[in-house]
Amino acid sequence: MTTTTVTAVSANGIASDAADRAAAAAPRRRQRLILFLRVAILVVFLGSWELAAQKHVIDPFFFAMPSTIAVQLWTWITEGTSQGPLWGEVLVTLEETVLGFVIGAVLGIVCGIVLGRDKLLADVFSIYIKVANSIPRIVLGSIFVIALGLGMQSKVALAVVMVFFVVFANAFQGVREADRALIANARILGASQWQVTTSVIVPAAMSWILASLHVSFGFALVGAVVGEFLGSRHGIGLLISTEQGLFSPAGVFAAMIVLAVVALAADYLLTWAENRLLKWRPPAFSDVGA
Amino acid sequence: MSTLAAADTPAIELAGVTRRFVSPTGKSHTALHDYSMTVRRGEFVAIVGPTGCGKSTTLNLITGMAKPNAGQVSIMGKAVTGTDPRIGFVFQTDALFPWRSVLRNVAAGPLFRGVPKEQAYATAREWIARVGLVGFENHYPHQLSGGMRKRVTLAQTFINDPEILLMDEPFSALDVQTRIVMQDELLAIWSRSNASVVFVTHDLEEAIALADRVYVLTAGPATVKAVYDIGLPRPRITSEIRYQPEFIEISRRIWEDLREEVQVSYARTQLASA
Repeated sequence: MTTTTVTAVSANGIASDAADRAAAAAPRRRQRLILFLRVAILVVFLGSWELAAQKHVIDPFFFAMPSTIAVQLWTWITEGTSQGPLWGEVLVTLEETVLGFVIGAVLGIVCGIVLGRDKLLADVFSIYIKVANSIPRIVLGSIFVIALGLGMQSKVALAVVMVFFVVFANAFQGVREADRALIANARILGASQWQVTTSVIVPAAMSWILASLHVSFGFALVGAVVGEFLGSRHGIGLLISTEQGLFSPAGVFAAMIVLAVVALAADYLLTWAENRLLKWRPPAFSDVGA
Repeated sequence: MSTLAAADTPAIELAGVTRRFVSPTGKSHTALHDYSMTVRRGEFVAIVGPTGCGKSTTLNLITGMAKPNAGQVSIMGKAVTGTDPRIGFVFQTDALFPWRSVLRNVAAGPLFRGVPKEQAYATAREWIARVGLVGFENHYPHQLSGGMRKRVTLAQTFINDPEILLMDEPFSALDVQTRIVMQDELLAIWSRSNASVVFVTHDLEEAIALADRVYVLTAGPATVKAVYDIGLPRPRITSEIRYQPEFIEISRRIWEDLREEVQVSYARTQLASA
């Protein structure tokens, strides 16, 4: 009796091994298909752009073409830009962005948590925040350039303003959505108000805050670049503005690609940090499959 | 002399308590009306009543999270002013911290209360072993089954060595088999402590199987309809006790009382929805 059971189990085991392999192969095939299609779309897009510009279906003077953009990028990398070496310009923009991002995020998180915890403050300030949030804040860039000059401060200030409201709104919402039962449980287990904030409110709001950080890094970059646009001595924004003045669409596109690389790198970094901080969350089913 | 007097004072006493809520629309709703209840030291009291009658409100009054509009609530002979550290509370919903591992969830109470880390974790490990979760110390709550999460909750509550244990339908979300296992688990842990328990439930059999006395409440505004002494001997095994003739007899008597209230409450919801 026992032997038959054992053989049955092992036979089952073998069968399920094969089934497992087949099941694992299917998503791998799908992954390869997706990668192929992605590359194909890029090739078709760039190819038809190049072809259309070569054949003068679209005017290369206004819309450039992939080959001239690539040449422009290569020149910048090897010989530097009109303002100095490319990496130096990237560094300036990146510094403004990161500074603005960090300051804006910290301010946003602190204010969000304080106002989220205090009903009176929240009720008093909510109207002003709504007003401030509805103003197109990018316009403040002009004020900052007038007040803080062409240096780094005006760009950082604009990036801070861009980041602050997004992070603040999310942190505030995250605190408000924190589970009442968890707060009550912590209180009864013996937590002080401060301990409730640090060990219940902040972790509960963390997924909201991290989601906002993702979006707001992009905003910080926009703030820095627009700030440079409005008046500066260095940075990718200035580069774009110079290329625009020279009627060089290839230069504008090349600068855009540089910014895209910076933004993507930052996004990867933030995703990595998010996964580390939120490792307590149940994984989504798609993640298990990948 | 003074110790004798202290032992005589009930663990929990609610005397003529009324509790009203005012809804955002301004309508006043009375949850408890002239409600009196006494829980002796080390006693296990269960409260049953129709859904929404105000059972949970009694617990909130004892913790100080709600204040009575009339009457007096006292613990160990002293009026309730705030959340008393001698109280433990098991919630109906899952109130484990999802971002903390099992170990850090269980150790939460001592850590909040300023016990040194090593000591808190050592005690937490003892409790994890006592509820049979060795090997799961570093799991997160979402990786555990409903029954296992309840075990963590019990360990998290009992680690503070509460003198008063309040439980608000703690096992209502579990399947029937797990619920019975957890009832036995609770009785085993409780028998080694000297906690006075108030256990709110809508499950009459659960109330009888666990408690020394059962309070039956009226449909809201809730007041005490009847109190039953459950003379069943301890230690009890909840899965077996429910087939004993005494159990069935008590259960029938209490149900007679409870049924009327459930019908009143049901008729009201029918009326409200009509």
